[in-house]
Amino acid sequence: MSLVRAIGAWLEARTGLGAPIREAAGHAVPRDTASWWYVFGSATLVAFVLQIVTGICLATVYTPSANDAWVSLVQLDYAVPLGWFLRALHGWGSNFMVALMLVHMVQVFLFGAFKYPRELTWMLGVFLFLLTLGMAFTGQVLRFDQDAYWGLGIGAAIAGRIPFVGPEVVHTLLGGPIIAGATLSRFFALHVFVIPGLLIAFVSLHLWLVLRLGINEWPMPGRLVNRETYRREYEAAVHADGVRFVPDAAKRDLVFAGLVILALVACAALFGPIGPNGEPDPTIIDTVPAPDFFFLWIYSLLALLPANVETPLLLTAPVLGIGLLLALPFLSGTGEKSWRRRPFAVIAVLLCTLIVGTLTYLGTFAPWSPRMDAWSSLPTPTAYLKDRSPLELQGALLVQGKQCRNCHSLGGEGGLRGPALDGVATRLTHDQMIRQVLQGGGEMPAYGENLSPPEVTALVAFLETLHPAGLQPARDSSAPEVAAPRATAR
Amino acid sequence: MAETTRPNAPLPPVSRRGFLLSLGVVVNAVAAALFAVPVLGFLLSPMRRLARQAWIPLGELRDFPEGETRLAIYRNPFTQPWDGETAKVPCWVRRIAGEQFQVFAINCAHLGCPVRWFPESGLFMCPCHGGVYYSDGSRASGPPPRGLYQYEHKVEGRQLWVRGGELPTLSEPV
Repeated sequence: MSLVRAIGAWLEARTGLGAPIREAAGHAVPRDTASWWYVFGSATLVAFVLQIVTGICLATVYTPSANDAWVSLVQLDYAVPLGWFLRALHGWGSNFMVALMLVHMVQVFLFGAFKYPRELTWMLGVFLFLLTLGMAFTGQVLRFDQDAYWGLGIGAAIAGRIPFVGPEVVHTLLGGPIIAGATLSRFFALHVFVIPGLLIAFVSLHLWLVLRLGINEWPMPGRLVNRETYRREYEAAVHADGVRFVPDAAKRDLVFAGLVILALVACAALFGPIGPNGEPDPTIIDTVPAPDFFFLWIYSLLALLPANVETPLLLTAPVLGIGLLLALPFLSGTGEKSWRRRPFAVIAVLLCTLIVGTLTYLGTFAPWSPRMDAWSSLPTPTAYLKDRSPLELQGALLVQGKQCRNCHSLGGEGGLRGPALDGVATRLTHDQMIRQVLQGGGEMPAYGENLSPPEVTALVAFLETLHPAGLQPARDSSAPEVAAPRATAR
Repeated sequence: MAETTRPNAPLPPVSRRGFLLSLGVVVNAVAAALFAVPVLGFLLSPMRRLARQAWIPLGELRDFPEGETRLAIYRNPFTQPWDGETAKVPCWVRRIAGEQFQVFAINCAHLGCPVRWFPESGLFMCPCHGGVYYSDGSRASGPPPRGLYQYEHKVEGRQLWVRGGELPTLSEPV
């Protein structure tokens, strides 16, 4: 024991770091910040440190070459002892880090912590947020599978829309004119060196500012931030009624960090590693690429934006959005901090959550995409085939054979791109159906060149049987039996 | 500061210390530029417009029956040994009649996902955001702002050739 103390004393004599570290750890913070609302920042940092540890482990096996990356991932999953678990920890750790960071950011926003004098702390936080998303995206690329390959294609296609320098940006991004070995090597350098280096630098600055400017006090409605008096009042309050950060405030961080690690280990053990899915072979085109969870909302947005606003929005919205986040502490740097007196802040958070949540939900089943195998894998519901004429049965075959069900569902199964066909006869008359099939319209392609007249007759004959029992099919209002219903009334 | 309080003292000529400092700044500025230029040049080198396209044989004419659209695969002409499978590039070849061809890039004109050909309905469908194209590559529905990208091609010596080697994008459509 005395030896340990002797070594400690020697280190302290040489470095002199003990006193400043003790002082930083034990600095006084406002009593009300010893709260469960203040644990998300430290938890994000813990998640980042875990990512570094698991990432270094994975780098000892992962091979950043387009030829071998996928095989090395499969090796990690199935052959390397505990490789699957390390991959699971790293993959789920990424989800945890993004999620914790989002909660931290929302808490900081709602508690007005970005206001004077913590503007720069918030701006560094915005950069940390962007860098973390950058890690999530480059990490998905390093999981070099079909989703990664086509995800890069999507990135290149977006970059290719930049005016004037589009091709140059695409080639710089990909490391060449097509997605190949150089592309993966570039993203490896970004994911392993560039972005983590920036993250470490920015986290250090972020923490330094938290120490120097103090943790944001619990916002009280009516207690306004004033540039002239704020810092003096803060210091006075901390001196009069503060607690030490370690151990008084930090014990909650400690407990929460432990719980986060336990939850992460549990997720990794229960759900296992994320991917890789199919080999990154571009000639395997039977693939349905989709991004990871935290990018699903962008995937949805890209499908739902009207074509004419897509490019301008794609190129300006990120710049405006990031600009707005960075400018926030200067647009609203003083005044009320409490979310109870900031209705627009609350509405903004709710609106963003609602929009991103809805888009993410839609992204999980992508109703805008044709279901590529619906026509060959889903049978026509038997009820629709009972007691049908040969012509109508021929039509039912055409609905399958011409891939109608890739976009239209029958009996609740099939694509969601177009309307369900179950009650189509109550919506369209005979003539309208023929027109719609031949000429298309709305978002439907024209089938005129791919259906012979007898085929159209059969198809429409079947479609006309698709109406709920007891409900009349749609009729042409100018037809004689509709114009004079009494004449044909049964 | 000490000098300014003594107005009678002559202004010191350029001292050795001051000269060394200026020299240090200049030397380091030159060194930094000489260092940074090659680093940036290296990182941005893929941007340079070198010959990126070449004629590549896609296959014998008899591999492509008239009136049909088939998947063909070529190897990227500017490949590295470690590219692995990413050196392969698929494309759709439509033989209209005789030596009349259309060669479509696999990439959807919306955001580059691989389109699939459905001969029964005569449509190309994209799995990502629902883009659909007719058999001649023109846009049928969905978000694509244009028809499918088409490769330059030629028939030479009973072979179909395409000019390829670059990922088509809206600003550089093949």
